[in-house]
Amino acid sequence: MNSGAADSTIARLTPTQFGLVSASVLAAVLPHLWRLPLPLSTLILTLLLGRWAQRQYRGARIPYWVKLPLVLLFPILVIVHYGNIFGREPGSALACAMLVMKLVETETRRDARACICFASFVLMSALLFDSGLGFALLLFAALILFLAAMRELEPRPADAPVRAWRDSLRDDLRGGAFALVVALPLALCVFVFFPRLGSPLWGAPTDNSARTGLGDRMAPGTIQELLIDDSPAFRVSFDGVPPPRTNLYWRGPVLWHFDGTAWTRPEYFASTNAAGNLQALGAPLGYDVTLEPSDRRWLLALDMPLDAPDNAVRGADMSLVSRAPVDHLLRYHATSSPRYLLDATLDRQQRRLALQLPALFNPRARELALRWRNELHSDDAIIKSAFDLFHTEFSYTLNAPLLGRDSVDDFLFGTKRGFCEHFSSTFTFLMRAAGIPARVVTGYQGGYFNRAGNYLVVRQSDAHAWAEVWLQGRGWVRVDPTSAVSPQRVELGARAAAGASAPWYQADWLLGLRNQFDLVNRAWNDVVVQFNSLRQQSLLTPFGIDKADYSDLVTVLIGSSTLLLGLFAWWTLRAPRTTLDPLDAAYARLCRKLGRAGATRAAVEGPRSFAERITATPLRNAAIADLLDQYIGLRYACALPSVTAVRTFARRVGALRVQPAVRRSR
Amino acid sequence: MNTPNIITIRWSHLLQFAERRLPALTRLKQVESLPILLQRHRIYVLPTRFGLVFSAVLLVMLLGALNYNNNPALLLTCLLGAASYQSVFQAFRAVDQVELRALRAEPCNAGDALCINLYFHVDTRPRRSLRMSVEGIETVFDLMPGNDGRVRIELAALQRGWRRIGRFRVWSEYPFGLFHVWSWLNPEFVALIYPRLETNAPPLPLNGANAQQQTTRRAGDELAMLRDYHPTDPLRSIAWKASARHDTLLVKQFEQLRGRELVLDFSALHGLDREARIARLARWACLAETGQVRYSLRLPERQLGPGLGPDHRNACLRELALLPGAAP
Repeated sequence: MNSGAADSTIARLTPTQFGLVSASVLAAVLPHLWRLPLPLSTLILTLLLGRWAQRQYRGARIPYWVKLPLVLLFPILVIVHYGNIFGREPGSALACAMLVMKLVETETRRDARACICFASFVLMSALLFDSGLGFALLLFAALILFLAAMRELEPRPADAPVRAWRDSLRDDLRGGAFALVVALPLALCVFVFFPRLGSPLWGAPTDNSARTGLGDRMAPGTIQELLIDDSPAFRVSFDGVPPPRTNLYWRGPVLWHFDGTAWTRPEYFASTNAAGNLQALGAPLGYDVTLEPSDRRWLLALDMPLDAPDNAVRGADMSLVSRAPVDHLLRYHATSSPRYLLDATLDRQQRRLALQLPALFNPRARELALRWRNELHSDDAIIKSAFDLFHTEFSYTLNAPLLGRDSVDDFLFGTKRGFCEHFSSTFTFLMRAAGIPARVVTGYQGGYFNRAGNYLVVRQSDAHAWAEVWLQGRGWVRVDPTSAVSPQRVELGARAAAGASAPWYQADWLLGLRNQFDLVNRAWNDVVVQFNSLRQQSLLTPFGIDKADYSDLVTVLIGSSTLLLGLFAWWTLRAPRTTLDPLDAAYARLCRKLGRAGATRAAVEGPRSFAERITATPLRNAAIADLLDQYIGLRYACALPSVTAVRTFARRVGALRVQPAVRRSR
Repeated sequence: MNTPNIITIRWSHLLQFAERRLPALTRLKQVESLPILLQRHRIYVLPTRFGLVFSAVLLVMLLGALNYNNNPALLLTCLLGAASYQSVFQAFRAVDQVELRALRAEPCNAGDALCINLYFHVDTRPRRSLRMSVEGIETVFDLMPGNDGRVRIELAALQRGWRRIGRFRVWSEYPFGLFHVWSWLNPEFVALIYPRLETNAPPLPLNGANAQQQTTRRAGDELAMLRDYHPTDPLRSIAWKASARHDTLLVKQFEQLRGRELVLDFSALHGLDREARIARLARWACLAETGQVRYSLRLPERQLGPGLGPDHRNACLRELALLPGAAP
């Protein structure tokens, strides 16, 4: 059993230990890899696996002339790709690279521990980019690996039988999982009561990540990109009865300006606070929206929003704009009126914007619109003829052919196949050319209503574009030209309308499954991701504290965690269960009593010599001597003492009062 | 009543209290009788350096998660933190209720390694990665309930005589290396170190004064038995023919050696200092034992034997080991 004088902190790692540390590093780096630029992630993965294989089969140290260029190469790669090394994205890329470099030089227990510390941090930072439920659960499971690695790093006796790596791995993983499960109550308690920061300590610069979402620009292809993305855009729970599906038009950015290719929102609406003149005609409808982070400033609301949520403004065109980009899950309450009168009169500025058309584009479409204007006399008739045209000759598909410079002409007289983007754009163009003020509205239409959770989930693939025309006396009226072509788009959703042109992963059964499972995601978002300082403050309301401040929270935090730790301490310190028989237990109690009075029985002392010693001390007492005699009789004089005799003995021991002897002097 | 007196009384009361509650402060520096049970009054816990560094990392993770207002990251940090801090209980349980029941030293001569077997006992749970630091030498051991719990350590034995092992530490950083849990043990135990055996000692002084005569007479005696070769045997006594049939060298042993009686006299060894004499006598006692020659040991103050056998040899070595050192 001689480990010798070798200090175990500088002893080289065994293959099992190194394997577990490598696995921990892999677990920490893997959640980052899909985001990193390809050369960097390839290099990191190659280096990690290469180092593991090298250590497992050859086992030599890596020389400095290999390590040094690599250490210099990584920051250069990061700078080349990101432009700098600060911020969330480049910082985490560099951290991954450096973690793998640490593994490359890891030889001793101390290195391995440094690796695990660093890997914990890298693992945590992965959650800053994606905080979905499945992802988070995977990362929590990775903690088991970390704890297992730490456990494996504890030294083993030198003469211990050699164990298969599978056995020790199983043992370690079980130990790590046990520690994690046991830690759950304390972790939750700290998580719930740890005071949150009202504002960040240091600036958290947002990076230009490639999140999909609605933009303030509709160019060919922008909506198509959304239609193939099945990630949730937002979830809604209604205060009352959800409105019918055909009314579920989620209003996003309103686009006024057309330059021949793209529709954009003019600066005019971004800069002024001109309030639209909205008149609600029906009962208002309230609902809560939980918006997934989009890094954009658009908030979605049902047509028409009656007011703006906190920290957001409502433009004159009734689109809601947040004051800051939505870079985390955002929850807001909104109220809408499904029946409304918007802008009974149109001011000159808006009329001018709503009739704007680029010169020298789409001559044939203009010609068609002018013909309608001359032949038909009412606006309604013009709209109807456009609808008729779409209905008879056009078809809905996600695989729309590409259009040329005169995109509206190409579409109207050439391809005749497309989706909401084409229809809304073409329709608005025709209306404007015919002298009817019109604009394009983008947003989402429909959603999946989850009955179990009583909420609506709207996915990116529900993105939609429609049009609004201004009619004398009726204000802005919503017109959805896509419904003329494909009524299912509005009644059943984009997926049903797309038919066979949808990508494979949007298969019905798969989507159905995902819609059902979305309930769990929503619960996670609601309970964990959304938990902020406001909700924390209202936690203690049932206990009479309306608005818990820092000191209340800290008090509760300390109190509850102390309680939990006390529970564990009790479990740890509780007396080992003794399996003494009643007679021995009573004798032990007698000895304890005598010990407290100053006559401690030595471990080697039998009852008889103990009795003899006691008679020589001032403690001598007929009752004590009698009890000891009785014990000797019961224990040694009969094979099986009777239960009643033992009980009597125990009762007498319990009744014994021993006067302490003279205080021991030392 | 004068003030110093009150202070002394108070102080002694305080000491008594401290001794009752924290034995390590006072009592554990003194020798304790076996068995020694490690329990909460004498087990101490502090974070290790790794534990401190890990805490710092957790703090950074906490700040990061709070700053980005990222609840899943915060939950991850809380989980890792709770799991690591709660390992203090497991660490404590690794050392708690370990009982040292016995220590036994293997016979040892000065200059060799002193092997001590410690017998630990645990009742219910197996204990992993326990460590023991005795005189700066670290030993790792596991304990299983139901095993003999023997832990063997080797210490340097430089001088003959009684040797203590002093106060030593039983400690553990199990399970995650974040907490150092330890307890001091100072068991009542001494090991006897036999004297150094002289290397290249002259052969046994058979018949004391005239060794010459002995060698001529020996040739005529009857061959009694063959035994294994020892480095000090004269070459001519090797039974070459018999050895050729075995793996080891064999030595002829003659009947006449058995009947003889050897006197190992401390004062007869002239020209050597005290320790050298002890070393030579110790070697001779061992040689006589292997040669099966009855011998007696004559020391300045007492005489042992004549006798033969391990008990006699051990008694002789013990007397030699306990001879007082050279007067300064």
